[in-house]
Amino acid sequence: MANDAAESVKTGDKPAVAGSIVTPPIPDPETAMTSPELLTAYREMLLIRRFEERAGQMYGMGLIGGFCHLYIGQEAVVVGALGARDPGDQVITAYRDHGHMLATGMDPKGVMAELTGREGGYSRGKGGSMHMFSREKNFFGGHGIVGAQVPIGTGIGFSNKYTGNGKVCLTFLGDGAVNQGQVYESFNMAELWQLPVVYVIENNQYAMGMSVARSSAETNLSRRGLSFNIPGEQVDGMDVRAVRAACAMALEWCRSGKGPIILEMKTYRYRGHSMSDPAKYRAKEEVDKMRHDHDPLELVRQRLLAEGFVTEDKFKEIDKEVKAIVTEAAEFAQASPEPDPAELWTDVLAPDASSVKAEA
Amino acid sequence: MAIDLLMPALSPTMEEGTLTKWLVKEGDEVHSGDIIAEIETDKATMEFEAADDGRIGRILVAEGTGNVKVNTPIAVLLEEGDSADAKVKEPEVKPAGAPAGKTEAAAPEKKPEPKEASAAPRIEAVSDPELPEGASFTRQTVREALRDAMAEEMRRDPSVFVMGEEVGQYQGAYKVTQGLLDEFGASRIVDTPITEHGFTGLGVGAAMAGLRPVVEFMTFNFAMQAIDQIINSATKTRYMSGGQMSCPIVFRGPNGPAARVGAQHSQDYSAWYSHVPGLRVIAPFSAADAKGLLKAAIRDPNPVIFLENEILYGKTFDVPDIPDHVLSIGKARVMKEGRDVTVVSFSHGLTYCLDAIPELEKLGIDVELIDLRSLRPLDIGTVIASVKKTNRLVTVEETWPQSGVGAEIAAQVQALAFDYLDAPILRVTQKDVPMPYAANLEKLALPSADEVVETVKAVCYR
Repeated sequence: MANDAAESVKTGDKPAVAGSIVTPPIPDPETAMTSPELLTAYREMLLIRRFEERAGQMYGMGLIGGFCHLYIGQEAVVVGALGARDPGDQVITAYRDHGHMLATGMDPKGVMAELTGREGGYSRGKGGSMHMFSREKNFFGGHGIVGAQVPIGTGIGFSNKYTGNGKVCLTFLGDGAVNQGQVYESFNMAELWQLPVVYVIENNQYAMGMSVARSSAETNLSRRGLSFNIPGEQVDGMDVRAVRAACAMALEWCRSGKGPIILEMKTYRYRGHSMSDPAKYRAKEEVDKMRHDHDPLELVRQRLLAEGFVTEDKFKEIDKEVKAIVTEAAEFAQASPEPDPAELWTDVLAPDASSVKAEA
Repeated sequence: MAIDLLMPALSPTMEEGTLTKWLVKEGDEVHSGDIIAEIETDKATMEFEAADDGRIGRILVAEGTGNVKVNTPIAVLLEEGDSADAKVKEPEVKPAGAPAGKTEAAAPEKKPEPKEASAAPRIEAVSDPELPEGASFTRQTVREALRDAMAEEMRRDPSVFVMGEEVGQYQGAYKVTQGLLDEFGASRIVDTPITEHGFTGLGVGAAMAGLRPVVEFMTFNFAMQAIDQIINSATKTRYMSGGQMSCPIVFRGPNGPAARVGAQHSQDYSAWYSHVPGLRVIAPFSAADAKGLLKAAIRDPNPVIFLENEILYGKTFDVPDIPDHVLSIGKARVMKEGRDVTVVSFSHGLTYCLDAIPELEKLGIDVELIDLRSLRPLDIGTVIASVKKTNRLVTVEETWPQSGVGAEIAAQVQALAFDYLDAPILRVTQKDVPMPYAANLEKLALPSADEVVETVKAVCYR
């Protein structure tokens, strides 16, 4: 027996698994979105950008503490991906999460007030930038440990399959998380049990200061599921239409019972890893080139202007609207009071846990 | 409207910095995101970006200036419609970190007494349900009682499922899940690969999404692979979400020293888990408690660590024939009343105590024996009440001594019943070494009935 096993390893009796994976084709990005859909996406992306710029500014003023990871540059990924989801599909991500929250429709006021650690924040000031959730919008966090959200997202997919609710969990992870062991433990179970999970790898090319080339033996991250028979696709993450088309395909793949799928979004963050990162590990020219040639908002703006769907005035109007929303959020986040000192002791255990009662 | 550009805080600890270089001059157009200056912080040289579109009206702090306090105005940005000579309003300088929108005068009055904020909720012990008159009992092993608890809860609630290594087809590595696959099928008795970190996180996600997973660790030694998911994901999420998210999950399996399996398979994690707020930690001894407390754990809306013991699995006890005998988490049991000395233990530690009691009786020492049953919440009230009667205390556990369960009990008892103590509190623990393999050394490393006898004699000055 032992000899047979050794023989089969040596000669490779089983066919290479990579050859047996069929990835469905991604629909043409050119036709993925109508002009009105593109305009809506533009507005959503602009909201994220202006929100993040304001968050950065408020951090500078000392109104936001600790860590603050901005999403600027990556807006097309979350807006395109979430644009394709059905109501009830869940979303989970790591700590660069403000964009995901806004894209699920969470209130910018509540998000900003959480950043300032106030009572009006989504976690009533107890979570901060990296730890926010919304049951109502099916946003499952907001997780501060690199890669930890991946098994959790897989478990949400497990519950979808267990209850047969037809929903899919969009599990976002970065190019840093793809080198964590628990990601592969999750991939294995997800494919083994055919769980409805779309793994969206946001490859912004740097895990803090470590480039993908310096950290990864296989830099094509869409191939990271191959040894589990999980198909994967690389997608232009700066083009909201390409993201939307790929995600629509992936969600359909999961919903039809084919198990998990991986989408690698090639994207870029303009800012440092967090507010205190001077980003000296990359050339200024590299950042400038991405900003000027591949900016996800500018690409949509130019397209809509070129086809004459809208004029400059429309963009000015949208800009004004978005600015007002962000200003309102910033004002709310400063006016909302700090949490009551009694809040220190609440939410440790469920309130109906009968044996622990707060003293009157 | 003209906007003051303020000296930014560019790290969590920065209070002031050097304005190394301006990259714009007065009159320059800038757009949101443009880098306009370089600032040296306590950590690094950072780029400072414009947050709005406009034109640089005035530069207030020249480049090369050091020790510029955070939030000092460094330039004025003119927006569309502002004239170059727009009156620059006096900037309102706020200290870094000061919450906006609060006047200084109002703050002190609002501030509560520090005592209020630091008063932790007090744990009230809850009583077990009374057994109905004439209740009958069945002799059962701990192993069977645990299986029945899971089966009963699975029949009651379709969202309960069991997941772990060898829980299904193999019928349980320690046969605790025997028969469950036949009754509930593979969708609810889920055999996992050997992938603790992964399936623990998967269970946490399933619980957050509304299911009630019972995750079996083949032993708690292997849960160390997954402890990040247990502590950081399962336990902290309710607090971090302001009460919005819950994670009703049970992590169960054998804990503590088994027999002759060496250091990596013989560790007691009681102290580790009981350290963490947000968790409930249960470590039962008898079959009836194992059943009643596991049912309570599965129904509890919080993450629960349920520490079983391999050596106790085969021990037989009376279990009441009541289908819904659910016990309360956080209540100790006085197993034997006595007047001379209080001995506190839990799980397999109690076997040493039970063996020691007849010896101590021969010496005329009457022991009051307490089974903690739960380690968090810890029923310190029952311990204190007993110590007030006996004035002496010995703790017995299979964990290491430093920062152990006994250390916590000793700290609380000296704080709450100092005047009642007639002797120092002493502990019987595993020795402060990794578990050896050799039979004689393993025996030396573990607590023993003899050690309990000697320690009790010591606190009685006998």
